[in-house]
Amino acid sequence: MANSVSEKATGKTKAPEAVSIMSVVAPAVGWLIPGAGHMMQKRWIRGGLLFVSIATLFLVGLAMQGRIYKANGGDILDILGFIGDVGAGALYIVTTTMDWGQGAIQYATADYGTKFMIVAGLLNFIAVADAYHIAIGKKQ
Amino acid sequence: MGAVTITLNHFSAALVFALFTSVVFGITHRETTRDMLRYGLYCFAMFLGGVLVAGWAMWVLRR
Repeated sequence: MANSVSEKATGKTKAPEAVSIMSVVAPAVGWLIPGAGHMMQKRWIRGGLLFVSIATLFLVGLAMQGRIYKANGGDILDILGFIGDVGAGALYIVTTTMDWGQGAIQYATADYGTKFMIVAGLLNFIAVADAYHIAIGKKQ
Repeated sequence: MGAVTITLNHFSAALVFALFTSVVFGITHRETTRDMLRYGLYCFAMFLGGVLVAGWAMWVLRR
């Protein structure tokens, strides 16, 4: 507010920060393949660890007979579950395409699997934000 | 993925969750490698410590 007033007074405006290609591509690729946003910025070890952690958490959740949420859940909690799941990018796309992740209530820990997959997606959102921060130079 | 089924008990499920979540938290929340390692270990300890404390609290409440 104060800046905009002073800018009007002086007649000068700040040039918007240049959006680099990497700041757009790295988060997008990082969402699709967990850790890839870091790898394409030459953070190989970090990217590898992120990929292993997020992919393993998602796949363990799937193997625990966890349930995957679909986009048209209707219920608000289903929509929140979908938002979490979709963060896993290609893992979510492949799982829904192959019609995996139907859930099995006969397994006591199947609900843990559902939560594992949601958390894997949410963790990938954090990794995507981190890749963006590296791309804009806010983080090394 | 019907062919592969993993059955974990409650503690091993918490262990797997704590391990991978701590790795991601460590990498994304700190700047230097040393800080990442320390924060990851801290998160792991807090996750497992929380599980143990909550478990014993429920044991006490059940009696």
